[in-house]
Amino acid sequence: MKSAVVQLPGLNRDRDMIAALTKISGHEPVTIWQTETEIADDIDLIVIPGGFSYGDYLRCGAIAARMPVMQAIREKAEKGVKVLGVCNGFQILVEAQLLPGALMRNSSLLFVSKEVKLEIVNADTDFTRTYEQGQVIRCPVAHHDGNYFADAETLKSLEGNGQVIFKYAEGTNPNGSLNDIAGIINARGNVLGMMPHPENLIEHAHGGKDGRGIFASALDVIAA
Amino acid sequence: MTISNSRPITPELIASHGLKADEYQRILDLIGREPTFTELGIFSAMWNEHCSYKSSKKWLRTLPTKGPRVVQGPGENAGVVDIDDGDVVVFKMESHNHPSYIEPYQGAATGVGGILRDVFTMGARPIAAMNALRFGAPDHPKTKHLVSGVVAGVGGYGNSFGVPTVGGEVEFDERYNGNILVNAFAAGLAKADGIFLSEAKGVGLPVVYLGAKTGRDGVGGATMASAEFDESIEEKRPTVQVGDPFTEKCLLEACLELMQTGAVIAIQDMGAAGLTCSAVEMGAKGGLGIELLLDTVPVREDRMTAYEMMLSESQERMLMVLEPSKEEVAKAIFVKWGLDFAIVGKTTDDLRFRVIHQGEEVANLPIKELGDEAPEYDRPWVEPARRAALPASEVKAPVDYNDALIKLVGSPNQSSRRWVYEQYDTFIQGNSLQHPGGDAGVVRVEGHATKALAFSSDVTPRYVEADPFEGGKQAVAECWRNITATGAEPLAATDNLNFGNPEKPEIMGQLVGAIKGIGEACKALDFPIVSGNVSLYNETNGVAILPTPTIAGVGLLPDWSKMAKIGTANDGDKLIMIGVDGSHLGSSIYLRDILGSTEGPAPEVDLTAERRHGDFVRSAIRNGQVTACHDISSGGLALALAEMAMSSGKGLNVSLKDSRGLPHALLFGEDQARYVLAVPADLANFLQANAEGAGIPFRALGTVGGDAFIIDDLVNLPVADLGTAHEGWFPDFMNA
Repeated sequence: MKSAVVQLPGLNRDRDMIAALTKISGHEPVTIWQTETEIADDIDLIVIPGGFSYGDYLRCGAIAARMPVMQAIREKAEKGVKVLGVCNGFQILVEAQLLPGALMRNSSLLFVSKEVKLEIVNADTDFTRTYEQGQVIRCPVAHHDGNYFADAETLKSLEGNGQVIFKYAEGTNPNGSLNDIAGIINARGNVLGMMPHPENLIEHAHGGKDGRGIFASALDVIAA
Repeated sequence: MTISNSRPITPELIASHGLKADEYQRILDLIGREPTFTELGIFSAMWNEHCSYKSSKKWLRTLPTKGPRVVQGPGENAGVVDIDDGDVVVFKMESHNHPSYIEPYQGAATGVGGILRDVFTMGARPIAAMNALRFGAPDHPKTKHLVSGVVAGVGGYGNSFGVPTVGGEVEFDERYNGNILVNAFAAGLAKADGIFLSEAKGVGLPVVYLGAKTGRDGVGGATMASAEFDESIEEKRPTVQVGDPFTEKCLLEACLELMQTGAVIAIQDMGAAGLTCSAVEMGAKGGLGIELLLDTVPVREDRMTAYEMMLSESQERMLMVLEPSKEEVAKAIFVKWGLDFAIVGKTTDDLRFRVIHQGEEVANLPIKELGDEAPEYDRPWVEPARRAALPASEVKAPVDYNDALIKLVGSPNQSSRRWVYEQYDTFIQGNSLQHPGGDAGVVRVEGHATKALAFSSDVTPRYVEADPFEGGKQAVAECWRNITATGAEPLAATDNLNFGNPEKPEIMGQLVGAIKGIGEACKALDFPIVSGNVSLYNETNGVAILPTPTIAGVGLLPDWSKMAKIGTANDGDKLIMIGVDGSHLGSSIYLRDILGSTEGPAPEVDLTAERRHGDFVRSAIRNGQVTACHDISSGGLALALAEMAMSSGKGLNVSLKDSRGLPHALLFGEDQARYVLAVPADLANFLQANAEGAGIPFRALGTVGGDAFIIDDLVNLPVADLGTAHEGWFPDFMNA
């Protein structure tokens, strides 16, 4: 499996993501710059990492969603290539309408950086199959705008179709997200967006390896 | 509005530039004529306290700045220290006090931006940040607003830039009601052969402007930061700069990319006094003149005058001397990152600083003298009066030890800082091994299997007020101790000296005493000062802040798997105190927060004991004999034990029956050079025998376990209750 990490000005967890993918798969991902309009055919997983693309000026993810590289990613997603958006990456996927809903300012109105608990609501996806259904894992969050919102109908359909993949568990919802939603997937099951940072909990030095399973699942390698 | 360069130089204009009559005379003597308006602005920028260190230079020279690991001491953008394997750590701390009081969000944000830029200007990628913040009394009407703005500003900039904030301090005292302190620290990693300096080399080479455009923000900021505040403070808001962390992040990546190409001969960030200070410094250091053509400077506002361009403190800008053959390569990198790149001048061989605007020479000054001939003062100072001893027998014991301890752990200054540090991204870069809340922040060195760096920032201003010399020593010792408590070897430090008006002999006495104390401790602990910053005139309507010489230090852990933390004790572990029994209650937290008094002398720091005890603790940690470690500082043994219990969630049972002294002094005394260790039961006797053999004072305290925090028949509290009190104060205060 070959992976790619998107690099846009202002993203700042690209290096974390490259390190995580390299450590878990044994292969360094390729990088894709904002102006690129072609993505190689042998890429199986495209990751949009966290940060503050274009300063998060205007609205989180709004400018990134309109850059040339996003059209290329959209085309790949339509062909079934896996796309993972983490934090700002999730906001970008929502702004690009590859995922439904919106990510609003945290209900506390403050940036929040802490460890939370995540329930694996659906372990039957390409991103979660190394976990058990209902398993609760630890995961760090670090964001200012992670408060997931969707209208009642969208929410019902997401929940009904098993598209809600991660929920904040054990009262750890850090941002006021509706239904404690921390991550969702598209109907086809190949585009996942999540606010927490699994790439920061993959090795002993991080104090745990709970985040590893997401990459191991997506890259089809054995989680260690 | 256009301000003409031929504006007449009146005594009022001179005074409004913060220049004294005799300083102006010095200018006249130096250049042999009246300065132009732009030149007056340039002198004001170069000769203010903030840039020239004119009151402190004489004393700063006495600090130890050299050591076997010091690659670069004070005088560059940041200090550089060898951490083996060809790696170096680059770090500095700098204040942004005055702007943060006027406009807390932007003041704090640009403070963080400035210090990050200092670090990456030298070729290092920032890997850790800390912030030492001091606010007025919690019940002062401005305090909550300032806390909220400063914390959001620190987070807003650092989080977006992408550096983990791994430590810091937040304290309240009414003496900061009119002048808060925002001291920002940053550290970066580089290779020893990849360090960039500001010294220009070569005549006729292009001087290049990089980064964001120049606006009118921050004009005269450094001069403002060298004055006291009064009621007209609101009028100073335009002197505060506005930060753009997005541009800074792009500037970081572009600069590091450019440095790889061999195009950079010299580089200097534009911080205080912007274009003026950076250009003069590069030229003066290299023994070269600089000619600037202001019409080529990228500007974001119309009709900017030469005066405004030279004094603007717009953020996220750099000045560089470029290898001419690499011009196109350099330009391409900056275009890729969407940043301005403009050749704005050249180096010359005439040692003049020439500024040309719209065909007119608006300044022509001797470049070396602008820096070297800045006034330097040996200001009169008085030795502070020695405070009388305050024996513990003259200090009342608490009526109820349970109540006293609950009150201390939930007090404004000893309660948890979680509300603050959860607004800072502590996870980013994936290398944080110890997050805020322990003795020191620890970050592993990327690219190395076992190496890590520990960071701590410390000072106890009430000690410095009581005794500047001992207080200065204590700030260094506590920083060294906190780093040691992780198992790291303290390498070097940066100082950020925050004081009142140095023209007052008693304030100057504080500064002199503190620097002497810092110097003595740094020498005794082999902990040289490699960079720093002085912030004076922290006064409002004649009331000065508590003297606050913040010390931020860096330590090296060769193997982070052997690192100690405060909350990792296991059930059944033995608790052992290293150091003497508590006895000193003068200027203590107990005295201040329980009895409401600030009397008594500061504790004395026995630097020989400090070093011996620390070396013993570090070696025990590295030998794998310690499961948890915490230093004993403000609040004494009782607070240290409570913090260990709250952090691990485990109870403890401690007895002081074998100790000599009054219980409240044993528990709350703030004697120095002390630690609490948690040690596996089967190693406790071994460790104690080692201590005895080495002549290190120690005391077996008791055992870890259960849910209750028990000290003899004095204290018996559920750990959960301590935790509730500890975590409650800050959110309750901010949400009230």
